[in-house]
Amino acid sequence: MRRIFSAIASRVVIAVPYAWLLFFFLIPFVIVFKISLSDLAISMPPYTPALEGLRDFFARLSEFDLENYHLLMCDLLGYIGVGADLCRGGFSTDFFERPYLSVAYISSLKIAAVSTFLTLLVGYPVAYAMARAPQSMRPTLLMLVILPFWTSFLIRVYAWIGILKPEGLLNQLLLNIGLISEPLVIMNTNTAVYIGIVYSYLPFMVLPLYSALEKLDHSLIEAAQDLGCRPLSAFWKITFPLSLPGVVAGCLLVFIPAVGEFVIPDLLGGSRTLMIGKTLWSEFFNNRDWPLSSAVAIVLLLILVVPIVLFQRAQARAQE
Amino acid sequence: MKSLGSIRKSFAPWNDPAATPYIRFENVTKKFGDFVAVNDLSLDIYEREFFALLGASGCGKTTLLRMLAGFEEPSAGQIFLDGQNLSGIPPYRRPVNMMFQSYALFPHMTVEANIGFGLKQDRMPRDQIAARVAEMLKLVKLEQFAKRKPHQLSGGQRQRVALARSLAKRPKVLLLDEPLGALDKKLREETQFELTDLQQELGLTFLVVTHDQEEAMTMADRIAILDKGKVMQVATPAETYEAPVSRFVAEFVGSVNLFDGSVSAREGSVASIAYGDGLTIAADNAGDAAVGDQVAFAIRPEKVRVASRKPEAGADNVMSGEVWDIAYLGDMTIYHVKLDDGRVIKSAMLNSSRLVDDPLTWDDRAWITFAPDAGVVLTR
Amino acid sequence: MNNGLSRFNLVSLVAGFAFLYLPILLLVVYSFNESRLVTVWSGFSTKWYVELFSNQGLIDAAWVTFRVALISASVATVLGTMAAITLTRHLRFRGRVLFTGMVFAPLVMPEVITGLSLLLLFVAVGLDRGFLTVTLAHITFSMCFVAVVVQSRLLTLDRSLEEAAMDLGATPVRTFFQVTLPVILPAVISGWMLAFTLSLDDLVIASFTSGPGATTLPMKIYSQVRLGVTPEINAVCTILIAVVTTGVIAASLLNKQREIQRARDEQAARQEGG
Repeated sequence: MRRIFSAIASRVVIAVPYAWLLFFFLIPFVIVFKISLSDLAISMPPYTPALEGLRDFFARLSEFDLENYHLLMCDLLGYIGVGADLCRGGFSTDFFERPYLSVAYISSLKIAAVSTFLTLLVGYPVAYAMARAPQSMRPTLLMLVILPFWTSFLIRVYAWIGILKPEGLLNQLLLNIGLISEPLVIMNTNTAVYIGIVYSYLPFMVLPLYSALEKLDHSLIEAAQDLGCRPLSAFWKITFPLSLPGVVAGCLLVFIPAVGEFVIPDLLGGSRTLMIGKTLWSEFFNNRDWPLSSAVAIVLLLILVVPIVLFQRAQARAQE
Repeated sequence: MKSLGSIRKSFAPWNDPAATPYIRFENVTKKFGDFVAVNDLSLDIYEREFFALLGASGCGKTTLLRMLAGFEEPSAGQIFLDGQNLSGIPPYRRPVNMMFQSYALFPHMTVEANIGFGLKQDRMPRDQIAARVAEMLKLVKLEQFAKRKPHQLSGGQRQRVALARSLAKRPKVLLLDEPLGALDKKLREETQFELTDLQQELGLTFLVVTHDQEEAMTMADRIAILDKGKVMQVATPAETYEAPVSRFVAEFVGSVNLFDGSVSAREGSVASIAYGDGLTIAADNAGDAAVGDQVAFAIRPEKVRVASRKPEAGADNVMSGEVWDIAYLGDMTIYHVKLDDGRVIKSAMLNSSRLVDDPLTWDDRAWITFAPDAGVVLTR
Repeated sequence: MNNGLSRFNLVSLVAGFAFLYLPILLLVVYSFNESRLVTVWSGFSTKWYVELFSNQGLIDAAWVTFRVALISASVATVLGTMAAITLTRHLRFRGRVLFTGMVFAPLVMPEVITGLSLLLLFVAVGLDRGFLTVTLAHITFSMCFVAVVVQSRLLTLDRSLEEAAMDLGATPVRTFFQVTLPVILPAVISGWMLAFTLSLDDLVIASFTSGPGATTLPMKIYSQVRLGVTPEINAVCTILIAVVTTGVIAASLLNKQREIQRARDEQAARQEGG
């Protein structure tokens, strides 16, 4: 009896979170995928599948076509400037002539890549110094890195508005000490977005770097120096290569969410800052084009599949 | 005191007043905050010597080694190598190399790249590096492992890669920090002899740090016994065992029986030591102990004989008691004999014949004897 | 034996932490500004805080946010702990790869995608958007964070503790509640706190999954921030920062206290034992 109870308990421990994630994580993606294959006219709100039940909902979705993906493709072709004859008729001509989704995807990837690199530049010295700090100081330093992470993302981004805007604190300071004569235009530019991303995601970069650097056996550095290596050269030959797992994990942890970032480009970026998260949001909330935004989401996911799988591999390897 | 030679009979530069030391620690002190790791220590080591720093953890032996390698700067005092003052010279410019306790093999490099690392820092031409690496691989018999990464090697193989790497640059001194600490017992014994052979063959100066006295005694020409940042004794292995200069050394190296007492009479080199209730020990090798001095008489267990029959009259140093404990080790048997005055004396008897003609067992009446020159008188 | 920080390391640390903390500090300082112009200091005042308490919309949003965070953190902690046990203790079962993927993917998934997909699910099953849907959405993504926190503790847990309990006759279920759980409790609690603050802070997912009558505080702040920087928002943010920071620091101090006590006890025991 007891044994049966234990067996049931262990099944329940697996089954409950499994079922939850299947229902609230995996199935939603299937639905997004389904909707991305349906037409604007059918699923455009106000639509109320609630009244018709789940079966009708999927029944209607079964009349799917590749319209949205065709639009996305035309958008890309228009961006590159080839294949005009593939995009004739309906909306596809519009997308071909005024591509904006491809622009947003590519600019997202670019902004994410640049900010990831900047975050690495800022984060590495901090993580390195933390790992070299006396043992007794390290928990406090770690806590100081983690603490901002607990503070609302929105608030931390908001805090920069007051600093970066033309009459903001940074410009006031620089004008007062006479470093500049005209206020710098940082707010509503890509620079502001870079600053926002570096700032918001810094802890994600520092933590994996720190844990890689902290594990590093200091006698390796001593051995390199003992064999005639100068400190800086020992860093590039020993410390940096051995911290690469941390570098990779940190970069992925910053890059992946940064590509789909919405709050930062929305609050700090300007009208010319195009990022796909922002485009998806406005496509969904302003244009109310659910099928197209679903298709945009699916393509974004496909773009991120490679880094996400890399990240999971790294996690799984760290577990072993 | 008799002069006890080293293992290599002909090699004893420390007894030659004309010889100049190769490594010289001069009144070296090292403090970490309030903690004094090395306390006003002076030590001379000669060229081609295999020298061991022996002590418990925290005695300062590793700090001494690290100061020679350049990872720590002395708080006071100076270190000389081959006549050159080492102060202010960074580790990467010192002509010494170290074999780390953890081996510190670079995990992202092959065996070959690890061994060649130091040569590459000296910008040696590539073909010369390759030749030297091949030579080192041959020396440590790892030719077929050149392309492996450290994690693909056994513990013994890693140890040999670390050795090859630190020897590749032909250092003036090879520093070894607990070189055998991570190996299992059998491998450790083999490697001890390999290391001494290698040192003889290469004619290098080796400075090894160890907490294992057996290791130090097997390998070293001389041993410095350290405690609390100070040198307690520098001597050949035989001297540290047979002629310890203090209670600390006598107890630290090997097993010992100690009798605390005072010198009651002195006749030539022989002293009578009164201990307990009106008992005396006749001791040769009394050194400069004078009548009235508080001393300890130290005698090793294998120099104490135990018998079930009372020795004939006139024998020196006879004590009686009963057998308290017996440990049979195969080659020898250790007896713990509780003397009539309550103290327990250890005696190690070699089992030289299979049939023990004098079987002693628990609670038997027993007599122990030892020759006056079998022990030493310690004034410190 | 590095006894201090080199100058380079010290500069890195100071600059890094200044970068992390200065913006927040400025925000807090300017919430006490007399002037409505946020960037011009004109004297100390707490009037914006007073005004907050008469803003019924904000208070309602705060109440909604608090309830969502409380419920979602608690459920997510239970589910996340179960997931962590599954990840560390059940190394072979059908679909383990998928399960591992589903636990780790939400950690890096762009929030817009998670939000969109959950919204479409709720529409598909006919659940009206509101309090319930936000809570369900928050449970889903925060349980993964809890799972990671608890899992890393379980990985370092000495398995022989559990084996000893079972050897002494405890069933696996009893072993969990009487041995494993008490030992990993600090990790479970910090998992809960993480889930709570994640829910408290979330804007994007809440915007997708919430409906009328369930506006959360971040949504409210966001809609006002878009109109510009105001001292009221600075005041709200300051209160939120204060609440979270106090919570986190108190928790870590308690933890440290316990560790110090433990170290002291061990020291005492060593001295007693000789």
